[in-house]
Amino acid sequence: MSPGAGDDTGDLVVEARDLQLRFGGVTSLDGVSLRQRRGEILAVIGPNGAGKTSLFNCLTGAYRPQHGSVTFWPSSGRPAELVGRRPHAITRLGVARTFQNIRLFPALSALENVQIGTEVRQRYGAVSAILGLPHARRAERDGVRRAGELLDLVGLGHRTHELAASLPYGEQRRLEIARALGTGPGLLLLDEPAAGTNPAEKRDLAALITRISGTGVSVLLIEHDMTLVMSLATSVTVLNFGRVIAHGTPGEVQRNPAVIEAYLGVADTTGDAAPAGGVDAGTRKELR
Amino acid sequence: MSAPNVPGQPSPANPGDQPDPVRGVPAGAAPDADTMALRRPPAQSGAARPAGANPTDGPAPPPRSPAGDSAAVGRGAPAGGVAPGGRSPWHPAMLFTPARLRQLGALVLVGLLAAVVTGPTGNSDEPLQAAWDSIADPRIVLFLILAVALWVVLVLWAELRGVLTRLTAPVRAPVGAAYGRRGAPIVLNVVLLAIAIIAPQVVSTAAQQSMVTDIGIYALLALGLNVVVGYAGLLDLGYIAFFAIGAYTTAYFTSQSAMPWHAPFTLNPFFVFPIALVLAALAGVILGAPTLRLRGDYLAIVTLGFGEIIHLVANNADGITNGARGAFGVPHLSVHLLGLDYTWGIDPKPYYYLLLAIVVLVMIAFGRLERSRIGRAWAAIREDEVAAEATGVATLRLKLLAFAIGASVSGFAGVMFASKQFFNPQSFSLQASFFVVAVVIFGGMGSRLGVVVGAVVLQGLAFYLRDKVEPADRYIYFGAVIVIMMIFRPQGLVPSRRRRREIELSEAGIGSADSLGSAPAGGRP
Repeated sequence: MSPGAGDDTGDLVVEARDLQLRFGGVTSLDGVSLRQRRGEILAVIGPNGAGKTSLFNCLTGAYRPQHGSVTFWPSSGRPAELVGRRPHAITRLGVARTFQNIRLFPALSALENVQIGTEVRQRYGAVSAILGLPHARRAERDGVRRAGELLDLVGLGHRTHELAASLPYGEQRRLEIARALGTGPGLLLLDEPAAGTNPAEKRDLAALITRISGTGVSVLLIEHDMTLVMSLATSVTVLNFGRVIAHGTPGEVQRNPAVIEAYLGVADTTGDAAPAGGVDAGTRKELR
Repeated sequence: MSAPNVPGQPSPANPGDQPDPVRGVPAGAAPDADTMALRRPPAQSGAARPAGANPTDGPAPPPRSPAGDSAAVGRGAPAGGVAPGGRSPWHPAMLFTPARLRQLGALVLVGLLAAVVTGPTGNSDEPLQAAWDSIADPRIVLFLILAVALWVVLVLWAELRGVLTRLTAPVRAPVGAAYGRRGAPIVLNVVLLAIAIIAPQVVSTAAQQSMVTDIGIYALLALGLNVVVGYAGLLDLGYIAFFAIGAYTTAYFTSQSAMPWHAPFTLNPFFVFPIALVLAALAGVILGAPTLRLRGDYLAIVTLGFGEIIHLVANNADGITNGARGAFGVPHLSVHLLGLDYTWGIDPKPYYYLLLAIVVLVMIAFGRLERSRIGRAWAAIREDEVAAEATGVATLRLKLLAFAIGASVSGFAGVMFASKQFFNPQSFSLQASFFVVAVVIFGGMGSRLGVVVGAVVLQGLAFYLRDKVEPADRYIYFGAVIVIMMIFRPQGLVPSRRRRREIELSEAGIGSADSLGSAPAGGRP
């Protein structure tokens, strides 16, 4: 936000340090660190089971890592530690998410789905609602208006009163994004938003994410579709077996031998396969 | 980003190009489509209705063979394909949709049950004799004719409504589409209210008593439990405990003689209302805070235990509550204010009207609550708790709120009950708890009008059966009625819009209102 980004954390929106997450004997995250600058679109990629969704769940409070910390800088106010907070509290701080397998409120209308998001910051309580006090009515109207704007933003303005479950798949994905945006996030976490969408929907989605990013929301993205990642992301973090194996611009990561190895098995086309240690050092340097 | 989508804006009615995968009709044509959906129980009945599943008794033949055939049709076709929704040209055969034939079957079953219930009483030597006699009796023809006649009326009414909605659709569509939150039409509400006002004038005193202590009180209880079960989706089996807390609080504060334990001063029962409200809500919070983290089944068990604890304490703490003898001599409600002196006395009618006013007020209040952000948050919790939490809904706090609101209504009803009549711990037994749950499920979870109608029907049935069958046998009939209800109309007598949609969706395999684990998997159309 501030132009003086000289100090270490001045322009960061989120920083995870040394996250470790274990389920019994299975280590899901093994010392994952991650930094995202405000306004940036950061993509987290990696093979299946690399720990991408676990990382998301740690950031949003769904899982509690055994070790490590996550700091979030709200657009206004002091930085907050996210580990140990409940998911709804994290959402209210300004970290919203979507789910890999869409989780809408199926029997509510599109508008109501987004309204629930827009209403999380409203303060009016049960008594004001029952008595229909002016401030409750005003808040109600504001919520509807804001939700309508967001539906227009994601291109669902014509679906306002339809049930979430009755929307086609691609529109459900966008409705979930609208619901997350309703909570007024500074950081939006998208878990495989392009999964299962067709090429046309993918193009729409890329345009939508760019638009969202343009409104000042930082986007953290898990995605398997490399074309999408390469065209959208300003930087990319690669996970494999619960560790960060590379971080950099899309171009750098694409050329990184460790990444190629993780995705293709053996790096035979690039010729000079650098040792893993070297890549790690490079990664750390990149992080600084 | 142009014009924000305001509720008054109609959603485009687009028959043909985007069929709703769930209901098979364009969602834009809301009133019409909903009418159809209401008449047609979702496709579950196909599987749940083998010919032998006749709950009344063994020898009764399966109602009618066409019903069986149609059930097979219903099973074969997906939910969306069953009803064309009135788009195609009208044809007499459309009167006999599988859903309507199932409805006919249900009515015939109810008719048979009614014939048995009103028939001769059995004895312990030959328990089935009465049922046999009823079946053999010519009266059964009368009941079957009544059942078929009722079905004809229902079908004609549905057709008439279909025609009416089609005629008025251009006018009503914008209103109906708004939020999908329109309650029952005003005319219906006025008619029901008029009936409720006139009813006590035309029935016996015994029936009036029942309308107060059974129907009125239970309608209030059901409205409260509806917040917990219907809105927040929590199963509370110890709900009657808060009712007991309200009743014993009244006895403590208003009388020096009702219980051995009493306040050093005496209050007018009206002043006890707020005290009981707060105490019951507090008890709800104390019970809820540690237990609401539990999921469905565990919560039910814990609340069941709580209900039993309160019941047993009331029953056994002789020195405090007067034990099983109960509290006797709690004064009636009375007003002494500004020259106005009025006491609600032996006559049940004044109590009835007071209760009616309270029930109507509570219905209005909870309607507003349901349409507020709090009601939407409850719906979100019910449908997907994980997603609700991720969307910023403080799930634990909102569940606690539902619990407290439900408990306070129960406590309120307790004061009313205690000042109306003598009570003992028997009034707060497990059976009473289950009965309130049954009323809510029977009437329609989440529907305010539904639970009140549920109280009227079930308590009306209880009143009717009072001199017909042994008191202990009454629950057999309740059970039978509820089983039939759950098979043919699982959404309840007067279902709420949201609940009905949820049930339809889970029948169609999309999402699940009751489980937290599964995610809605909307397949590609």
